[in-house]
Amino acid sequence: MANVFIPALLRKLTGGKDRTSATGATLREIINDLEHQFPGFRDRVVENGDLAGSIAVSINGEVITGGLSESVPAESEIHFVPAIAGG
Amino acid sequence: MDVQEHKFKVIGTRPIRHDGVDKVTGRAHYGADISLPGMLHGKVLRSPHAHARIKSIDASAALALPGVKAVITSADFPKLQSGVVPMGELPMNPLYMSMNLLAQDKVLYDGHAVAAVAATSPHIAEEAIKLIKVDYEVLPHVQDVVAAMKDDAPILLSELRTSGAPEKSDKPTNTASQLRFARGDLEAGFKAADVIVEREFDTAMVHQGYIEPHNAVAQYNANGQTTIWTSTQGAFTARDQCALVLNIPAGSIKVVPAEIGGGFGGKIGIYLEPLALLLSKKTGKPVKLVMSRGEVLRATGPTSGSHIRVKMGANKAGKITAAQIWMAYEAGAFPGAPVGAGCMTTIAPYDVENLQIDGFDVLVNKPKTAAYRAPGSTNAAMGSETVIDELAEKLGIDPLEFRRINGAKEGTAQPAGPKFPRIGYLETVEAIKNSPHYKSPLPKMDGRVVGRGVASGFWFNAGFQSSATVSINSDGTANVVTGSTDIGGSRASCAMIAAEVLGLKAEEVHPVVADTESIGHTDMTGGSRVTFATGYAVYDAAQDAVNMLKQRAATLWKVKPEDVVFQDGVVSCTTNGNESMTLKELAAKLPRAGGPVQGKASVNPRGVGPAFATHVVDVAVDPETGKVDVLRYTAAQDVGKAVHPSYVEGQIQGAVTQGTGWALNEEYYYDDKGTLRNSGFLDYRMPTTLDMPMIETILIEVPNPGHPIGIRGVGEVPIVPPPAAIANAIHQAVGVRMDTLPMSPPKVCKAIAEKQ
Repeated sequence: MANVFIPALLRKLTGGKDRTSATGATLREIINDLEHQFPGFRDRVVENGDLAGSIAVSINGEVITGGLSESVPAESEIHFVPAIAGG
Repeated sequence: MDVQEHKFKVIGTRPIRHDGVDKVTGRAHYGADISLPGMLHGKVLRSPHAHARIKSIDASAALALPGVKAVITSADFPKLQSGVVPMGELPMNPLYMSMNLLAQDKVLYDGHAVAAVAATSPHIAEEAIKLIKVDYEVLPHVQDVVAAMKDDAPILLSELRTSGAPEKSDKPTNTASQLRFARGDLEAGFKAADVIVEREFDTAMVHQGYIEPHNAVAQYNANGQTTIWTSTQGAFTARDQCALVLNIPAGSIKVVPAEIGGGFGGKIGIYLEPLALLLSKKTGKPVKLVMSRGEVLRATGPTSGSHIRVKMGANKAGKITAAQIWMAYEAGAFPGAPVGAGCMTTIAPYDVENLQIDGFDVLVNKPKTAAYRAPGSTNAAMGSETVIDELAEKLGIDPLEFRRINGAKEGTAQPAGPKFPRIGYLETVEAIKNSPHYKSPLPKMDGRVVGRGVASGFWFNAGFQSSATVSINSDGTANVVTGSTDIGGSRASCAMIAAEVLGLKAEEVHPVVADTESIGHTDMTGGSRVTFATGYAVYDAAQDAVNMLKQRAATLWKVKPEDVVFQDGVVSCTTNGNESMTLKELAAKLPRAGGPVQGKASVNPRGVGPAFATHVVDVAVDPETGKVDVLRYTAAQDVGKAVHPSYVEGQIQGAVTQGTGWALNEEYYYDDKGTLRNSGFLDYRMPTTLDMPMIETILIEVPNPGHPIGIRGVGEVPIVPPPAAIANAIHQAVGVRMDTLPMSPPKVCKAIAEKQ
C-alpha cells in the first residue's frame, strides 16, 4: 500500500482529500487504483499511454525515470510534481 | 568508495583546464568559425511588430536578386500536431516549436522569425531579406503578465486553454497552465502569527547574456543525411528537436557540438539549426547562419518577467506559521514559463507547515522564454527572501538566526511535498554567520549610505542520461569521451574523475566532447547535472576499464581476474606477491594480453543532491542618484564534493555577477508599440568586472550520498539569492523595501522619494 499525496488542483476529484492509500506494484497499477477510487484522476496525469510530459513523479523523495512501469515499493510515499529541467 | 572517508588524490585539486590553451590562444573552434567549400550564408527576416497577422509573403524580388539561392517560410515546414512530447528531460510541443522557428499565420513578438534566405554572401542575404514583402495586419498586443490574464486581453493563441485548471473552460485565454501546492491550514497559520508581511513584486524579463551569438552550419547530403555544426548545450537535444520539427528520423542528423561561448540555459532550445538544414536541402549547399547581438536579444529565449504576491506570517519565536504566495510568470509567445520551478523553490529552504503557492504560466507578446540558470527561482526568491528579511526585522531577530530557526534539513517536506535527503542548508547559514564578512563592521562611505543584506536560495539539480567511454592509450594515458558540452569546466572534472579511478594525473587524461554519432545518448548540459551525471558515467566507465585491465593482467600472469587488484595505478597479483605492474607497463602489453581496453557506461542516475546557498552582500547607495554599488559579496554554498574547487568558485562568482545584473540593471525595455528598445549590450546593461568586487566564496562540502564521489550540482543555485540579498542590503542602507527588479537608479530614487 502506497501513500499518495494528491496535487492541490486535483483534490476536487478526491472530495478535498490531500492524501490517500493506493495499491499496486508499479506506478501504472497505483494510477489505475487511483482512477478506481477517484474517476477522472488518470486523465489528469496520463497522456497517450504514458506519464504526461508536464508531470514528474517522486517516489520516496526521488524523481523517477521509469514512467508508468516504475516499481513502487510497499509503503512508498508518492508525489505528483511538475516536470522541470534547468539551465 | 566511501566519500566521507576516502582520501582523494586528484579530486579536490586545481589542475590547469585541458581546454585552456586552445581557448586563450584562439584556436578553439566556435560555430561561427566553421567554413565549408561552397558554403552559403543565411539571414532571417524578423517581425517588426509585437502582434500581427501575416496576410501574405512575397519573396519574388528577393529570389530575383543575384546571389540569392533560396528563401524559406513556414510553408517549408511539415504540418505538426499540437501536444506535449517528452524530449529527453523536457516536455516540448512540436507545433509551438515550429511556430517559433518561423511564424505561421501570426507573428507574436518583435523579432519573431518570418522567413530565411540563403545567398552567396552574408551581405547579399542581408539585402535579400529587405526585399521580402510581408503584408501584416497589426493586432493589439499585451506585454504585461497581469494584463495578459484579464478577460479582455488580446489573445495570442486562439486554441489555447488553461491546463491544470480545476474547472475546464472552452474560453480562449493567455494562461497556459496553472498549478497549486497546498498543505496544512493556512487560516490557522496566519491566526497563529504575531507578525504578517504582505507585499507584491514585479521582476523584468532578462536575458542570459552569453557572449557568443547563436550559430549553425548545416550540410544536407543527397543520401538524406545531414551534419549540423552548432553552438548548443546539448548535441543530442538539438538533433532530436530538429528531427521533431522537421518530421525526419533523428538518425538522419549528426550534430557536431562546436565550442560554446556561454549558454546558461539559453542554448538548449533551437533557433537556426532547422532553418540551416532546410536551406541546405533546398540549395544542395552547406548553409551557415549566425545571429547578430540584436537578434539574440530580440528573438532567442530570455527568462520570464513576473508578478509575485507574498503573504507570510511568523510568531514571536521566529517560526514561520503560514505562507501564501501567488506568482504569474511570462511565458513569452508560447507556453513554458518556469513557474513550476518558481513555486517549488520559493520558501524551499524553510520548514513551513501551512502553505499555499499558486503559479500561472502566461503568454505575452515577447520572445518565448527559455531556461536561465535555476529557471524561475531567482524571481521567486526576490519575493520570499525579502519578505523573510522583513519578518525577521519586525520580530527583532537576526535574519540569519531567523533562517536557522526555520531552516530545512534532511526529512523536511519541500513545498511540493517530497522530503529532502541529506542537505547542507543550515551549514550555509552557519558559514555566513561565522564568516569574516558578516562579523566585520560596515565600511564608512562619504556621500553614500551603506547596508548589508542576506538571502538564501535552493535549486533541485538534475540527473538525466549520460554516456562516457574511457580508453587506455598504449603509453598508459587515457582518453575520456563524453557527449556533454563543456560550459563550466566539465572536461576537466570528467578527466579528474577518470584520473582518480585510474591512478593517473589529471593531465594524463584527455577529455573529448563527441558528436552524436560518436558517443551514446547524453542529455543537455543544464540543470547543474553534468559533473553529477556525466561524471557518474565517467566514474562507471573508468571502473569498467579497471576491470578490463585486471582481466588483461590476469591473462598475462595466468591467474584468475579476481586474484588481481588495482590500486593507485598499479595492478598486483594477490596469489603471487612478486607480480605487479604499473598501468603504463600494462598498457604497453595490452596487444598480447587480450587487446585494447575501453571502459564504457551509460547512466540515468538517481541520487541527485539538491543545492542550497546563503549569501551576504554590502552595498553603497547614492541617495542623490539612486545608484547602487556592490562593495563586498560572500557566497556560501553546499557544493557536495568539489571536484575542481576553482571551477566551483568560478561558477559561484559568475552566477553572483549575473544575479547582480538582474538585480540592478538588466531588463527588456519595450516601447508602447511592443518593440524592444535595448537590443544591444550598450543599452542592455550587464555587469562587467569593473562593476563587481572580488566575490568571496565559502565551499561547504556535504558529500551527496547518492553519488560515488559525493558530487552535487553547483552551477545554478548561486544566481538565486543575489537580487533578494541586494534588496535587503538597500533596505538596511536607505530604509526602503524595493519591490521591483531591476533596482535601477530611477527606481531606487523614486522609492527613497516616496519614503520621504
